[in-house]
Amino acid sequence: MSIDLRAGEPPASVPFYNDPKIRSIAYQVALCLVIAFLIYGAASNAIDNLKRANIASGFGFWEQTAGFDISQSMISYTNQSSYGRAFWVGLCNTLLVAAVGIVFATLIGFVVGIARLSKNWLVHKAASGYVETIRNIPLLLQLLFWYNAVLKALPDLRDSVKIPGGAFLNNRGLFMPEPIAQSGFSFVVGAIVIGIAGSIGYHLWARKRQEKTGEQAPVFLVSLGLIIGLPLAVFFAAGLPLTLDYPEAGRFNIRGGIEILPEFAALLFGLSIYTAAFIAEVVRAGIRAVSHGQTEAAYSLGLRAQPTLRLVVVPQAMRVIIPPLTSQYLNLTKNSTLAVAIGYPDLVQIFTGTVLNQTGQAVEVVAITMAVYLTISLVTSLLMNIYNSRIALVER
Amino acid sequence: MKRIASVIALAVIFGATSASAQTLKTVKDRGILNCGSNGSLAGFGLPDAQGKWAGLDVDLCRAVAAAVFGDDKKAKFIPLSAKDRFTALQSGEVDLLARNTTWTSSRDTQLGLNFIGVNYYDGQGFMVRTSLKVKSALELGDASVCVQQGTTTELNLADYFRANKMKLKTVTFATSNEALKAYDTGRCDAYTTDASGLYSERLRVANAAEHIVLPEIISKEPLGPAVRHGDDQWFDVVKWTLYAMINAEELGVTSANVGDMAKSDNPDIKRLLGTEGNYGEQLGLSKDWVVNIIKTVGNYGESFERNVGTGSPLKIDRGLNKLWSKGGLQYAPPIR
Repeated sequence: MSIDLRAGEPPASVPFYNDPKIRSIAYQVALCLVIAFLIYGAASNAIDNLKRANIASGFGFWEQTAGFDISQSMISYTNQSSYGRAFWVGLCNTLLVAAVGIVFATLIGFVVGIARLSKNWLVHKAASGYVETIRNIPLLLQLLFWYNAVLKALPDLRDSVKIPGGAFLNNRGLFMPEPIAQSGFSFVVGAIVIGIAGSIGYHLWARKRQEKTGEQAPVFLVSLGLIIGLPLAVFFAAGLPLTLDYPEAGRFNIRGGIEILPEFAALLFGLSIYTAAFIAEVVRAGIRAVSHGQTEAAYSLGLRAQPTLRLVVVPQAMRVIIPPLTSQYLNLTKNSTLAVAIGYPDLVQIFTGTVLNQTGQAVEVVAITMAVYLTISLVTSLLMNIYNSRIALVER
Repeated sequence: MKRIASVIALAVIFGATSASAQTLKTVKDRGILNCGSNGSLAGFGLPDAQGKWAGLDVDLCRAVAAAVFGDDKKAKFIPLSAKDRFTALQSGEVDLLARNTTWTSSRDTQLGLNFIGVNYYDGQGFMVRTSLKVKSALELGDASVCVQQGTTTELNLADYFRANKMKLKTVTFATSNEALKAYDTGRCDAYTTDASGLYSERLRVANAAEHIVLPEIISKEPLGPAVRHGDDQWFDVVKWTLYAMINAEELGVTSANVGDMAKSDNPDIKRLLGTEGNYGEQLGLSKDWVVNIIKTVGNYGESFERNVGTGSPLKIDRGLNKLWSKGGLQYAPPIR
């Protein structure tokens, strides 16, 4: 009875400071205020001290003339360009080595990871040896090794190795003929676009037909023909609309052509090979995570080993592989800052190296650089997260 | 709450500045002088096999330690790369930067530094292999040049090639060690730095006889120690330490005869050695500060000959660094 009586009354009033909801909000507001105050205090203290010490501050240096040279730039740059321009040169160089490095590391990593699971004793042991050796040597040492190995092994400029096709290789880098498009080359580009669109269309059509009738179509051969054969045919039909700018040996250096610096090559080797060892382990773990029952089930359905791996195991393994793979990509990008040790002009070398030193504005320069790496990493992980959510297990 | 906050903020700000404004007191309280130094340049700053530092810049630090503490061993050397050196001084990690640093207007005004003077008049040069058969820097068009990052050298190099309408491929390294090693392996045709540095680095390449220093000097490089901006007392202490060493050479006071010289009747020497007047106290130091410097480190000429001149493997001619009275540029205002 007593229970019935109480049900109609309003709940016993609790003082607001004892209400857990209000309390937790109050604590969070207080914490935010403290953090905001600390940041404000640190910033105003820094500004005040900089002013007192007569150290220039602000971002006025961005437009000033840099006055130094950079050995590799993908955008036009001279020593009369601004510090801001030098920043973009460094950023492009960082992105270049990171992007190419990620591609190579992924390729090597997947091959080695699968090789570690091979039943062939030699392949299996070789892959294990690679992973255990590379993973356990500090990256900086590997970079120094590659740089010195690359430089020492290559001949002097005067004894350059002449590679058939007009390329030179020496300790100043690899110099290759640069293709220069002539009028009419746009047809070839058009043919490539048509080829890619065509093969995507064919792929979709073939899948639909297979779902309907069970008949398989030679997707790979047709795509190859469309993407490579068609542009080649157009290229010949248009009368070879491409000339090559051959590198020429001058007194000190080789002029013209495309140049790959030894610093770039060493950094790329080092980063790819090092990160690939970790990716190999990620891949191996991912494949191991797929229960053996899946393979057996595929075999019992009559699938052979190759399609089983491609259609059953790898798609399921990818779900396990992608999240740690993302961290490896982020690591590779961040590790590219070790370029300073071997003279590759990446963002850190140019911007927090020379620009910081010449302008003396450490706070601004370091803050910009940190913001850039944070942005690169967040974008990489955003893209990988999108991909991850697409391949994630959809539970019904 | 707001009031407490602003009090804390003020404490943070003032707490931080009082330390930087009284370097002499901070150094005395600490009992040790932190000196930013070059860790790998023979003649200017280099520790030997026993970890004992030697060099012209190192001597200046030891002289400051002798002036402040009466003991030249109270200087601690912190090796800095060219690109880190200014940040280390700005942030208070070192009290004094004596690291063959070129005095330029922008460094003096924008970086929060004050240069105390010039302890070595230098200029930038090039080193090449003899096998290139190059006789002049003007023949280096199109060459690859290895250079250390964060130096005036890096900028002069670009200027010189542009002014002479020559093309250039620069390969930049964070430290002089890496730049020199890359040059030595053949990555570059030429290596460039201050001429004094070239003489010392030439001794470090695999076969010194295969390399020559080209005759051109392409820039003015007045190398001098620097202190933080905004502490005039400390600025004076370091500045007059250098001047005292130069004055001592001019007056013939050496580490060998400083004891006898104390009895000299020459008023200039008496003021220098503190037997007359209170010039040391005026700087916040002891009366016999110069005696302490000269006894342990010697005068400027002794330091020069021992580290980079005839008494050293570098054998650099004094040239511009002779005293003004002997046709050089070293000239110190009088102590009086």
